[in-house]
Amino acid sequence: MHDHAHHGNELDEMTARVRALETILVEKGLIDPAAVDAIIETYEHKVGPRNGAAVVARAWNDPDFADWLRRDASAAIASMGFVGRQGEHMVAVFNTPTAHNLVVCTLCSCYPWPVLGLPPAWYKAPAYRARAVREPRAVLAEFGVTLPQETQIQVWDSTAEVRYLVIPQRPEGTDALNAEALAALVSRDSMIGCGLARSPEAA
Amino acid sequence: MNGPQDLGGRHGFGPVLPEDEGIRFHADWEKRVLGVTLAAGALGHWNIDASRHARESLPPATYLSASYYAIWLRALETLLVDAGEVTVEELSRGHADAPGHRQDRRLMADGVEDVLATGGPANRDGPVPVFSIGDRVRTRNHQPSGHTRLPGYARGCTGVVTAVHGPHVYPDTNAHFEGENPKPLYTVRFAAADLYGDDADPTLTVSIDAWEPYLEPA
Repeated sequence: MHDHAHHGNELDEMTARVRALETILVEKGLIDPAAVDAIIETYEHKVGPRNGAAVVARAWNDPDFADWLRRDASAAIASMGFVGRQGEHMVAVFNTPTAHNLVVCTLCSCYPWPVLGLPPAWYKAPAYRARAVREPRAVLAEFGVTLPQETQIQVWDSTAEVRYLVIPQRPEGTDALNAEALAALVSRDSMIGCGLARSPEAA
Repeated sequence: MNGPQDLGGRHGFGPVLPEDEGIRFHADWEKRVLGVTLAAGALGHWNIDASRHARESLPPATYLSASYYAIWLRALETLLVDAGEVTVEELSRGHADAPGHRQDRRLMADGVEDVLATGGPANRDGPVPVFSIGDRVRTRNHQPSGHTRLPGYARGCTGVVTAVHGPHVYPDTNAHFEGENPKPLYTVRFAAADLYGDDADPTLTVSIDAWEPYLEPA
Protein backbone atom coordinates (compact mmCIF):
# COMPACT_ATOMS: atom_id res chain seq x y z
CA MET A 1 0.00 0.00 0.00
CA HIS A 2 0.98 3.59 -0.55
CA ASP A 3 1.33 4.41 3.14
CA HIS A 4 3.28 1.26 3.79
CA ALA A 5 5.83 2.01 1.11
CA HIS A 6 6.00 5.67 1.91
CA HIS A 7 6.28 5.57 5.68
CA GLY A 8 7.74 2.13 6.08
CA ASN A 9 5.44 1.27 9.01
CA GLU A 10 3.37 -1.86 9.15
CA LEU A 11 -0.32 -1.13 9.39
CA ASP A 12 -1.95 -3.18 12.08
CA GLU A 13 -4.95 -5.26 11.12
CA MET A 14 -7.69 -3.02 12.46
CA THR A 15 -6.13 0.13 11.04
CA ALA A 16 -5.98 -1.50 7.62
CA ARG A 17 -9.49 -2.86 7.93
CA VAL A 18 -11.18 0.42 8.82
CA ARG A 19 -9.13 2.29 6.26
CA ALA A 20 -10.27 -0.15 3.57
CA LEU A 21 -13.92 0.27 4.54
CA GLU A 22 -13.69 4.06 4.73
CA THR A 23 -11.99 4.14 1.32
CA ILE A 24 -14.73 2.01 -0.22
CA LEU A 25 -17.52 4.12 1.25
CA VAL A 26 -15.90 7.38 0.15
CA GLU A 27 -15.36 6.02 -3.38
CA LYS A 28 -19.01 5.00 -3.45
CA GLY A 29 -20.12 8.47 -2.45
CA LEU A 30 -21.74 7.15 0.74
CA ILE A 31 -19.72 8.96 3.39
CA ASP A 32 -17.94 12.30 3.57
CA PRO A 33 -14.53 12.06 5.27
CA ALA A 34 -15.06 15.55 6.67
CA ALA A 35 -18.26 14.34 8.34
CA VAL A 36 -16.32 11.46 9.88
CA ASP A 37 -13.79 14.00 11.18
CA ALA A 38 -16.61 16.16 12.59
CA ILE A 39 -18.12 13.19 14.44
CA ILE A 40 -14.75 12.33 15.97
CA GLU A 41 -14.13 15.97 16.89
CA THR A 42 -17.52 16.11 18.63
CA TYR A 43 -16.88 13.15 20.92
CA GLU A 44 -13.16 13.69 21.39
CA HIS A 45 -13.35 17.35 22.36
CA LYS A 46 -16.89 18.65 22.81
CA VAL A 47 -19.22 16.08 24.35
CA GLY A 48 -17.88 14.46 27.50
CA PRO A 49 -18.35 13.98 31.23
CA ARG A 50 -17.90 17.66 32.06
CA ASN A 51 -21.45 18.06 30.72
CA GLY A 52 -22.76 15.62 33.29
CA ALA A 53 -20.68 17.24 36.01
CA ALA A 54 -22.40 20.56 35.26
CA VAL A 55 -25.78 18.84 35.64
CA VAL A 56 -24.76 17.34 38.99
CA ALA A 57 -23.34 20.61 40.30
CA ARG A 58 -26.55 22.42 39.40
CA ALA A 59 -28.65 19.71 41.05
CA TRP A 60 -26.61 20.16 44.25
CA ASN A 61 -27.05 23.94 44.25
CA ASP A 62 -30.59 24.31 42.96
CA PRO A 63 -33.37 22.27 44.64
CA ASP A 64 -35.88 23.22 41.95
CA PHE A 65 -33.57 21.87 39.28
CA ALA A 66 -33.00 18.69 41.31
CA ASP A 67 -36.78 18.22 41.50
CA TRP A 68 -37.04 18.72 37.75
CA LEU A 69 -34.33 16.10 37.25
CA ARG A 70 -36.31 13.66 39.38
CA ARG A 71 -39.54 14.30 37.48
CA ASP A 72 -38.27 14.69 33.91
CA ALA A 73 -34.53 14.32 33.52
CA SER A 74 -34.71 14.48 29.72
CA ALA A 75 -36.23 17.98 29.83
CA ALA A 76 -34.09 19.21 32.72
CA ILE A 77 -30.87 18.09 31.04
CA ALA A 78 -31.99 19.39 27.64
CA SER A 79 -32.52 22.80 29.22
CA MET A 80 -28.74 22.93 29.71
CA GLY A 81 -28.18 22.15 26.04
CA PHE A 82 -27.18 18.50 26.49
CA VAL A 83 -29.33 16.66 23.97
CA GLY A 84 -29.22 14.09 21.21
CA ARG A 85 -27.92 10.69 20.35
CA GLN A 86 -28.02 8.20 23.25
CA GLY A 87 -29.58 10.73 25.59
CA GLU A 88 -33.10 10.86 24.22
CA HIS A 89 -34.74 9.32 27.30
CA MET A 90 -32.90 10.26 30.47
CA VAL A 91 -33.48 9.18 34.07
CA ALA A 92 -31.47 10.65 36.95
CA VAL A 93 -30.93 8.42 39.98
CA PHE A 94 -29.86 10.10 43.20
CA ASN A 95 -27.47 8.58 45.70
CA THR A 96 -28.44 9.01 49.36
CA PRO A 97 -26.79 8.15 52.67
CA THR A 98 -28.58 4.79 52.53
CA ALA A 99 -28.72 3.94 48.81
CA HIS A 100 -26.05 3.87 46.09
CA ASN A 101 -26.81 3.61 42.38
CA LEU A 102 -24.72 1.90 39.70
CA VAL A 103 -25.34 1.82 35.94
CA VAL A 104 -24.44 -0.90 33.45
CA CYS A 105 -25.51 -2.25 30.08
CA THR A 106 -25.12 -6.02 30.28
CA LEU A 107 -26.26 -6.58 26.68
CA CYS A 108 -24.08 -4.06 24.82
CA SER A 109 -22.69 -0.63 25.68
CA CYS A 110 -25.67 1.70 26.25
CA TYR A 111 -24.48 4.90 27.91
CA PRO A 112 -25.75 8.50 28.19
CA TRP A 113 -23.55 10.14 25.55
CA PRO A 114 -24.77 13.78 25.79
CA VAL A 115 -23.83 13.99 29.47
CA LEU A 116 -20.92 11.52 29.74
CA GLY A 117 -19.51 11.26 26.22
CA LEU A 118 -18.30 7.94 24.90
CA PRO A 119 -18.26 5.00 27.30
CA PRO A 120 -14.87 3.98 28.68
CA ALA A 121 -13.38 0.69 27.50
CA TRP A 122 -14.03 -1.06 30.81
CA TYR A 123 -17.75 -0.18 30.66
CA LYS A 124 -18.03 -2.09 27.37
CA ALA A 125 -15.84 -5.03 28.41
CA PRO A 126 -17.22 -8.40 29.57
CA ALA A 127 -15.91 -8.17 33.15
CA TYR A 128 -17.93 -5.09 34.06
CA ARG A 129 -21.03 -6.17 32.16
CA ALA A 130 -21.00 -9.61 33.79
CA ARG A 131 -20.26 -8.54 37.35
CA ALA A 132 -21.95 -5.15 37.88
CA VAL A 133 -25.38 -6.78 38.18
CA ARG A 134 -24.21 -9.57 40.43
CA GLU A 135 -21.35 -8.46 42.67
CA PRO A 136 -21.28 -4.67 42.50
CA ARG A 137 -19.45 -4.37 45.82
CA ALA A 138 -16.54 -6.34 44.43
CA VAL A 139 -16.56 -4.18 41.31
CA LEU A 140 -16.65 -1.01 43.40
CA ALA A 141 -13.65 -2.27 45.37
CA GLU A 142 -11.70 -2.39 42.11
CA PHE A 143 -12.46 1.33 41.76
CA GLY A 144 -11.28 1.89 45.32
CA VAL A 145 -14.78 2.41 46.68
CA THR A 146 -16.01 0.66 49.83
CA LEU A 147 -19.57 1.33 50.95
CA PRO A 148 -21.04 0.57 54.39
CA GLN A 149 -22.32 -3.00 54.52
CA GLU A 150 -25.88 -1.81 55.16
CA THR A 151 -26.00 0.55 52.15
CA GLN A 152 -28.59 -0.53 49.60
CA ILE A 153 -27.13 -0.95 46.13
CA GLN A 154 -29.45 -0.23 43.22
CA VAL A 155 -28.12 -1.38 39.86
CA TRP A 156 -29.71 -0.14 36.63
CA ASP A 157 -29.24 -2.38 33.59
CA SER A 158 -29.78 -0.20 30.50
CA THR A 159 -31.69 -2.77 28.46
CA ALA A 160 -33.84 -0.26 26.50
CA GLU A 161 -33.34 3.29 25.20
CA VAL A 162 -33.61 4.81 28.68
CA ARG A 163 -30.24 6.16 29.83
CA TYR A 164 -29.31 6.60 33.48
CA LEU A 165 -27.23 9.33 35.12
CA VAL A 166 -26.16 8.86 38.74
CA ILE A 167 -26.29 12.01 40.88
CA PRO A 168 -23.62 11.36 43.52
CA GLN A 169 -23.94 12.70 47.03
CA ARG A 170 -22.63 16.19 47.61
CA PRO A 171 -19.40 16.03 49.61
CA GLU A 172 -19.15 17.63 53.04
CA GLY A 173 -17.61 21.07 53.30
CA THR A 174 -18.78 22.36 49.94
CA ASP A 175 -21.42 24.86 51.00
CA ALA A 176 -19.37 27.84 49.88
CA LEU A 177 -18.43 26.48 46.47
CA ASN A 178 -19.88 27.82 43.25
CA ALA A 179 -21.14 25.59 40.43
CA GLU A 180 -17.82 25.50 38.62
CA ALA A 181 -15.92 24.44 41.73
CA LEU A 182 -18.57 21.85 42.54
CA ALA A 183 -18.44 20.39 39.03
CA ALA A 184 -14.69 19.87 39.42
CA LEU A 185 -15.47 17.42 42.25
CA VAL A 186 -17.66 15.25 40.02
CA SER A 187 -15.78 12.47 38.27
CA ARG A 188 -17.10 10.54 35.32
CA ASP A 189 -17.00 7.35 37.35
CA SER A 190 -19.13 8.92 40.10
CA MET A 191 -21.89 9.54 37.52
CA ILE A 192 -21.83 5.86 36.50
CA GLY A 193 -21.85 4.88 40.16
CA CYS A 194 -18.33 3.47 40.19
CA GLY A 195 -16.96 6.34 42.23
CA LEU A 196 -17.90 9.02 44.72
CA ALA A 197 -17.65 12.76 44.29
CA ARG A 198 -14.29 14.01 45.53
CA SER A 199 -14.02 16.03 48.73
CA PRO A 200 -12.64 19.56 48.27
CA GLU A 201 -9.43 18.62 50.13
CA ALA A 202 -8.79 15.74 47.72
CA ALA A 203 -9.59 17.72 44.58
CA MET B 1 -30.65 -14.57 21.24
CA ASN B 2 -28.63 -16.63 23.65
CA GLY B 3 -25.47 -15.11 22.26
CA PRO B 4 -22.15 -13.88 23.63
CA GLN B 5 -23.59 -10.42 24.35
CA ASP B 6 -25.79 -11.68 27.19
CA LEU B 7 -23.17 -11.28 29.88
CA GLY B 8 -25.04 -10.25 33.02
CA GLY B 9 -24.28 -12.45 36.02
CA ARG B 10 -21.65 -14.59 34.28
CA HIS B 11 -18.50 -15.66 36.08
CA GLY B 12 -14.90 -15.87 35.04
CA PHE B 13 -14.18 -12.63 33.22
CA GLY B 14 -11.66 -11.30 35.69
CA PRO B 15 -11.22 -7.83 37.16
CA VAL B 16 -12.54 -4.53 35.86
CA LEU B 17 -9.72 -2.27 34.72
CA PRO B 18 -10.53 1.38 35.56
CA GLU B 19 -8.85 4.12 33.60
CA ASP B 20 -8.54 7.88 33.59
CA GLU B 21 -11.55 9.73 32.24
CA GLY B 22 -9.33 11.78 29.94
CA ILE B 23 -8.72 8.72 27.78
CA ARG B 24 -11.18 8.83 24.89
CA PHE B 25 -9.61 6.33 22.47
CA HIS B 26 -6.83 3.77 22.57
CA ALA B 27 -5.83 4.01 18.92
CA ASP B 28 -6.55 6.25 15.96
CA TRP B 29 -8.37 3.45 14.14
CA GLU B 30 -11.00 3.44 16.91
CA LYS B 31 -11.82 7.05 16.06
CA ARG B 32 -12.37 6.17 12.41
CA VAL B 33 -14.62 3.25 13.40
CA LEU B 34 -16.75 5.59 15.50
CA GLY B 35 -17.02 8.18 12.76
CA VAL B 36 -17.58 5.78 9.87
CA THR B 37 -20.18 3.80 11.84
CA LEU B 38 -22.22 6.89 12.67
CA ALA B 39 -21.84 8.35 9.19
CA ALA B 40 -22.92 5.07 7.56
CA GLY B 41 -25.88 4.85 9.94
CA ALA B 42 -27.21 8.07 8.42
CA LEU B 43 -27.77 6.19 5.15
CA GLY B 44 -30.84 4.69 6.82
CA HIS B 45 -30.32 1.08 5.78
CA TRP B 46 -30.68 -0.18 9.33
CA ASN B 47 -31.87 0.87 12.79
CA ILE B 48 -30.19 0.75 16.19
CA ASP B 49 -31.72 -2.63 17.02
CA ALA B 50 -30.48 -4.17 13.78
CA SER B 51 -27.00 -2.82 14.45
CA ARG B 52 -27.01 -4.34 17.94
CA HIS B 53 -28.16 -7.63 16.46
CA ALA B 54 -25.33 -7.56 13.91
CA ARG B 55 -22.84 -7.14 16.78
CA GLU B 56 -24.24 -9.92 18.96
CA SER B 57 -24.36 -12.23 15.92
CA LEU B 58 -20.60 -12.26 15.54
CA PRO B 59 -19.04 -15.63 16.37
CA PRO B 60 -18.93 -15.88 20.18
CA ALA B 61 -15.17 -16.36 20.32
CA THR B 62 -14.71 -13.24 18.20
CA TYR B 63 -17.19 -11.20 20.21
CA LEU B 64 -15.65 -12.08 23.56
CA SER B 65 -12.06 -11.45 22.50
CA ALA B 66 -12.53 -8.27 20.44
CA SER B 67 -12.50 -4.72 21.73
CA TYR B 68 -15.79 -2.93 21.31
CA TYR B 69 -14.70 -0.82 18.36
CA ALA B 70 -13.51 -3.99 16.65
CA ILE B 71 -16.97 -5.45 17.24
CA TRP B 72 -18.51 -2.31 15.77
CA LEU B 73 -16.33 -2.50 12.66
CA ARG B 74 -17.05 -6.15 11.96
CA ALA B 75 -20.77 -5.60 12.46
CA LEU B 76 -20.70 -2.54 10.19
CA GLU B 77 -19.17 -4.62 7.41
CA THR B 78 -21.98 -7.16 7.84
CA LEU B 79 -24.68 -4.48 7.82
CA LEU B 80 -23.32 -2.88 4.65
CA VAL B 81 -23.04 -6.23 2.86
CA ASP B 82 -26.55 -7.22 3.95
CA ALA B 83 -27.85 -3.85 2.74
CA GLY B 84 -26.32 -4.49 -0.67
CA GLU B 85 -24.08 -1.41 -0.48
CA VAL B 86 -20.74 -3.23 -0.27
CA THR B 87 -19.61 -6.64 -1.47
CA VAL B 88 -17.28 -9.06 0.24
CA GLU B 89 -14.98 -8.76 -2.78
CA GLU B 90 -14.79 -5.00 -2.34
CA LEU B 91 -13.95 -5.42 1.34
CA SER B 92 -11.09 -7.78 0.51
CA ARG B 93 -9.72 -5.47 -2.20
CA GLY B 94 -10.19 -2.25 -0.28
CA HIS B 95 -11.71 -0.40 -3.22
CA ALA B 96 -15.19 0.13 -4.64
CA ASP B 97 -16.31 -1.61 -7.82
CA ALA B 98 -19.57 0.31 -8.16
CA PRO B 99 -21.14 3.54 -6.88
CA GLY B 100 -23.30 3.47 -3.76
CA HIS B 101 -27.08 3.27 -3.87
CA ARG B 102 -27.90 5.95 -1.33
CA GLN B 103 -25.53 8.76 -2.26
CA ASP B 104 -28.46 11.11 -1.75
CA ARG B 105 -28.47 10.22 1.95
CA ARG B 106 -24.76 10.92 2.49
CA LEU B 107 -24.18 12.82 5.73
CA MET B 108 -22.09 15.91 5.02
CA ALA B 109 -19.88 17.62 7.58
CA ASP B 110 -22.23 20.55 7.99
CA GLY B 111 -25.06 18.17 8.89
CA VAL B 112 -23.24 16.32 11.65
CA GLU B 113 -24.15 18.64 14.49
CA ASP B 114 -27.88 18.45 13.74
CA VAL B 115 -27.89 14.67 13.32
CA LEU B 116 -26.08 14.08 16.60
CA ALA B 117 -28.22 16.64 18.45
CA THR B 118 -31.46 15.14 17.13
CA GLY B 119 -30.67 11.53 17.97
CA GLY B 120 -33.35 8.89 17.56
CA PRO B 121 -36.11 8.96 20.17
CA ALA B 122 -37.71 5.51 20.65
CA ASN B 123 -41.05 6.57 22.15
CA ARG B 124 -44.09 6.17 19.91
CA ASP B 125 -47.86 6.22 20.05
CA GLY B 126 -49.05 2.75 20.95
CA PRO B 127 -51.05 0.52 23.26
CA VAL B 128 -52.13 1.63 26.72
CA PRO B 129 -49.91 -0.07 29.35
CA VAL B 130 -51.60 -2.88 31.26
CA PHE B 131 -49.27 -2.70 34.28
CA SER B 132 -48.90 0.13 36.76
CA ILE B 133 -46.25 1.25 39.22
CA GLY B 134 -46.22 -1.15 42.17
CA ASP B 135 -47.53 -4.15 40.23
CA ARG B 136 -45.73 -7.44 40.76
CA VAL B 137 -44.74 -8.99 37.45
CA ARG B 138 -42.88 -12.09 36.32
CA THR B 139 -40.60 -12.09 33.31
CA ARG B 140 -41.51 -14.74 30.79
CA ASN B 141 -39.19 -17.53 29.77
CA HIS B 142 -38.55 -15.54 26.61
CA GLN B 143 -35.52 -16.73 24.65
CA PRO B 144 -35.99 -16.24 20.92
CA SER B 145 -33.22 -17.16 18.50
CA GLY B 146 -33.40 -13.60 17.17
CA HIS B 147 -32.83 -10.28 18.89
CA THR B 148 -34.27 -9.55 22.32
CA ARG B 149 -33.43 -7.21 25.16
CA LEU B 150 -34.56 -9.41 28.03
CA PRO B 151 -31.30 -10.48 29.65
CA GLY B 152 -30.92 -14.15 30.50
CA TYR B 153 -30.22 -13.55 34.19
CA ALA B 154 -33.68 -11.94 34.56
CA ARG B 155 -35.80 -14.57 32.81
CA GLY B 156 -38.61 -16.21 34.77
CA CYS B 157 -38.08 -13.88 37.74
CA THR B 158 -40.54 -11.89 39.82
CA GLY B 159 -40.10 -8.17 40.40
CA VAL B 160 -41.97 -4.92 40.85
CA VAL B 161 -42.81 -2.25 38.27
CA THR B 162 -41.16 1.01 39.35
CA ALA B 163 -41.68 3.13 36.23
CA VAL B 164 -43.99 3.17 33.20
CA HIS B 165 -42.35 4.77 30.19
CA GLY B 166 -45.14 4.44 27.63
CA PRO B 167 -44.84 2.69 24.27
CA HIS B 168 -41.33 2.34 22.82
CA VAL B 169 -40.10 0.71 19.62
CA TYR B 170 -40.00 -3.05 20.22
CA PRO B 171 -36.49 -4.35 19.48
CA ASP B 172 -37.51 -7.97 18.98
CA THR B 173 -39.24 -7.08 15.71
CA ASN B 174 -37.44 -3.86 14.76
CA ALA B 175 -34.04 -5.58 14.71
CA HIS B 176 -35.32 -7.90 11.99
CA PHE B 177 -37.01 -5.14 9.94
CA GLU B 178 -40.40 -6.53 10.94
CA GLY B 179 -41.73 -3.19 12.10
CA GLU B 180 -41.36 -0.85 15.07
CA ASN B 181 -44.37 -2.51 16.70
CA PRO B 182 -44.40 -0.16 19.75
CA LYS B 183 -45.03 -1.85 23.10
CA PRO B 184 -45.28 -0.33 26.57
CA LEU B 185 -41.94 -0.15 28.33
CA TYR B 186 -41.48 -0.53 32.08
CA THR B 187 -38.71 -0.44 34.61
CA VAL B 188 -38.86 -3.58 36.75
CA ARG B 189 -36.89 -3.96 39.96
CA PHE B 190 -35.76 -7.34 41.29
CA ALA B 191 -34.26 -8.33 44.61
CA ALA B 192 -30.93 -9.99 43.88
CA ALA B 193 -32.01 -13.19 45.68
CA ASP B 194 -34.83 -13.56 43.14
CA LEU B 195 -32.27 -13.44 40.32
CA TYR B 196 -29.34 -15.39 41.72
CA GLY B 197 -30.54 -17.45 44.65
CA ASP B 198 -29.32 -17.71 48.19
CA ASP B 199 -25.80 -16.46 47.56
CA ALA B 200 -27.04 -13.07 46.38
CA ASP B 201 -26.06 -9.82 48.08
CA PRO B 202 -29.05 -9.04 50.37
CA THR B 203 -28.54 -5.30 49.92
CA LEU B 204 -28.70 -5.49 46.11
CA THR B 205 -31.57 -4.74 43.75
CA VAL B 206 -31.27 -4.82 39.96
CA SER B 207 -33.60 -2.96 37.63
CA ILE B 208 -34.10 -3.68 33.95
CA ASP B 209 -36.19 -1.91 31.34
CA ALA B 210 -38.63 -4.45 29.93
CA TRP B 211 -41.27 -4.28 27.19
CA GLU B 212 -44.73 -5.58 27.99
CA PRO B 213 -44.41 -8.81 25.94
CA TYR B 214 -41.55 -9.84 28.27
CA LEU B 215 -43.89 -9.69 31.30
CA GLU B 216 -46.85 -11.43 32.85
CA PRO B 217 -48.76 -10.72 36.08
CA ALA B 218 -47.23 -12.32 39.19
